[in-house]
Amino acid sequence: MKKHSALKISLIAVVCGILLGFIVVAITGRSPYHMFVALLRSMTGFNLMKPQQGVNVTFILNWFLEAMPIILTGLSVGFAYRTGLFNIGAEGQLMMGSLAAAIVALSVDLPTIPHLILCVLAAMLAGALWALVPGILKAYRNVNEVVICIMMNYTGMYFANLITRTFLEIDVNTNARTVAFPASATFSKVFPSIPSSFNWGFVVVAICVILYWFLIEKTTFGFGLRATGFNKESARFAGMKVEKNIVMSMGIAGAFAGAAGAIIVMGIFKYGRIFTMFDNYGFDGISVALVGAATAPGIVLSGFLFGLLKAANTNLQMFNIPKEISDLMQATIIYLVAIQYGIILLLDRWEKRKKKKEVLPVEGGASE
Amino acid sequence: MNTVISMVSSALILATPLIIAALGGLFSERSGVVNIALEGIMQVGAFTAATTLVILQGMSVPGAVWISIILASISGTLFSAIHAYAAIHLRADHTISGTALNVLAGGLTIYLSEIIFHAKSTTAYIFAFKRISIPILKDIPIIGPMFFANTYPTTYLAVILVVITWFVVFKTPFGLRLRSCGEYPQASASMGINVVKMRWIGVLASGALSGLAGAALVLTTNTFFYSGTVHGLGFVAIATLIFGKWNPWGVLLSGFFFGFSQTLGQYSTSISFLKGLPSEFFALLPYVITILAIVFFSKKQVGPKAAGEIYDSGKR
Repeated sequence: MKKHSALKISLIAVVCGILLGFIVVAITGRSPYHMFVALLRSMTGFNLMKPQQGVNVTFILNWFLEAMPIILTGLSVGFAYRTGLFNIGAEGQLMMGSLAAAIVALSVDLPTIPHLILCVLAAMLAGALWALVPGILKAYRNVNEVVICIMMNYTGMYFANLITRTFLEIDVNTNARTVAFPASATFSKVFPSIPSSFNWGFVVVAICVILYWFLIEKTTFGFGLRATGFNKESARFAGMKVEKNIVMSMGIAGAFAGAAGAIIVMGIFKYGRIFTMFDNYGFDGISVALVGAATAPGIVLSGFLFGLLKAANTNLQMFNIPKEISDLMQATIIYLVAIQYGIILLLDRWEKRKKKKEVLPVEGGASE
Repeated sequence: MNTVISMVSSALILATPLIIAALGGLFSERSGVVNIALEGIMQVGAFTAATTLVILQGMSVPGAVWISIILASISGTLFSAIHAYAAIHLRADHTISGTALNVLAGGLTIYLSEIIFHAKSTTAYIFAFKRISIPILKDIPIIGPMFFANTYPTTYLAVILVVITWFVVFKTPFGLRLRSCGEYPQASASMGINVVKMRWIGVLASGALSGLAGAALVLTTNTFFYSGTVHGLGFVAIATLIFGKWNPWGVLLSGFFFGFSQTLGQYSTSISFLKGLPSEFFALLPYVITILAIVFFSKKQVGPKAAGEIYDSGKR
């Protein structure tokens, strides 16, 4: 069996997933052309139906805005994945991050820059603490992290609501959120003149991406994590502290998810949230990390891809295409990455057949 | 006393889908395939049941409720086949494949609702299951009104399924083979057991039961299907399975326990010593208890040993 690059597998998965989306749209009596128009418009603001309007930057910025949190949750899932852990708990870590950011935003009085930094750091710490629970249980009690993470997601949602309702000042008009954050704890818009909420939170994303790349690829610590993920027992034999690596890896993964929670509440909502259900940023992070093969550049690219699917929602609705089509495409892509063994088998068979065709004329002569 | 009686009977209603879906998870995990797609399969089942019922009631077909529940079970089975194929034949990580199914179910059910009903939910059906009371038994003091009066037939179905599952998995040669595939599949294969077939049966059974659970959920607690119908109950079902130690009777008890803890939140205002506690406290209770239970059990191996492992017949 030949080794195929992760990029090739991801590309095949993405192309097939999007293709299937178009097919489903066609089968259910909607126009695939309209879907293409919607996707192109979400990417560039260029409307094929009204070409005279040209490119619209608002759409591009909205696309980037959608990509920001899922790149962070992608880093979260990816970081744990490199150590052989499946962090399905980014959702809960993100909500704890949102909570911590809200607490610091509402209860500390500081000038803008230190306030922003403190909020984000508190969120990262909260996410890390939440992820340490499955990490420690996995390392020292050999408890499956997947089940604990799932339970921690729900615990996180209700716990965050409990703390918010008990200790933070609730907005009296809606009774469903806290009062607004002070301006010093919100990310302002990068381009105030453009009607898009794209904000300085992107700096947090950029720093986290660089941090991820540096930690994983350039440090002994990252090497130890990757070795642990590759083969736990040989890492142990080589003298690495496997348990410590597992705990650290989950903690850092949680910190990335916590940062995602911070940039969402500080950049978009600008108040503390009371959650009624998951936003699914954590599950999006799984797709982003898997398609990006858990590498920093891969996660950024696939974050933009899935961000586009999310950004396309409103444009799809305009053409009467249910936005859930993007979930369908996303699910197909995850599934195809999951069954990459099957894809590799198919590729091998295909290549063998191609080779046979090349060889045959020499062996069998003109009779073939 | 009346509060306790009505709490028990509403706990039973909430416990029913949990128990049925957890039994599904039991079949799958006992055969060695982890199925975190219970949530998604329940959504598919609930959507199928609600849609079928709306359509059949429009044509006033008799027995529409039961037809809906059967179709829900079939659709769950078909949906779970996607997971089975990936996990058994294509060496997919069970968790990733299950995640894909959960995302797919969430998208697919609402997408189809939009296509069929032009809304984010199905149209409401007029009536689904009716509450029934069992004659004679319902007149027993205390126990009668708790368990035998004003209960949905699905609750009794759940109890019957517990008995059937217990018998099939623990008292038949088939059950022994199924469980052996979840403990040490290579050894099972050496004894001539077809591991691939057993795991297919395990996953398909989980699909059938979770689909049924979704139907039982939507047809007793709601009048239409929407994106929040299942709201994580599939994951609570996994908790039920773990808390019940992968045993049908354990599932029955832990299902009732989780159902009851959900009821506590609703009734907390009418019970004096729970009055001060916020409703979020009761909402997070089942999850915290599950985490504690898992930590407590972790000293010794309780679940199927090979669950979640990719089966490689050549591995020693």
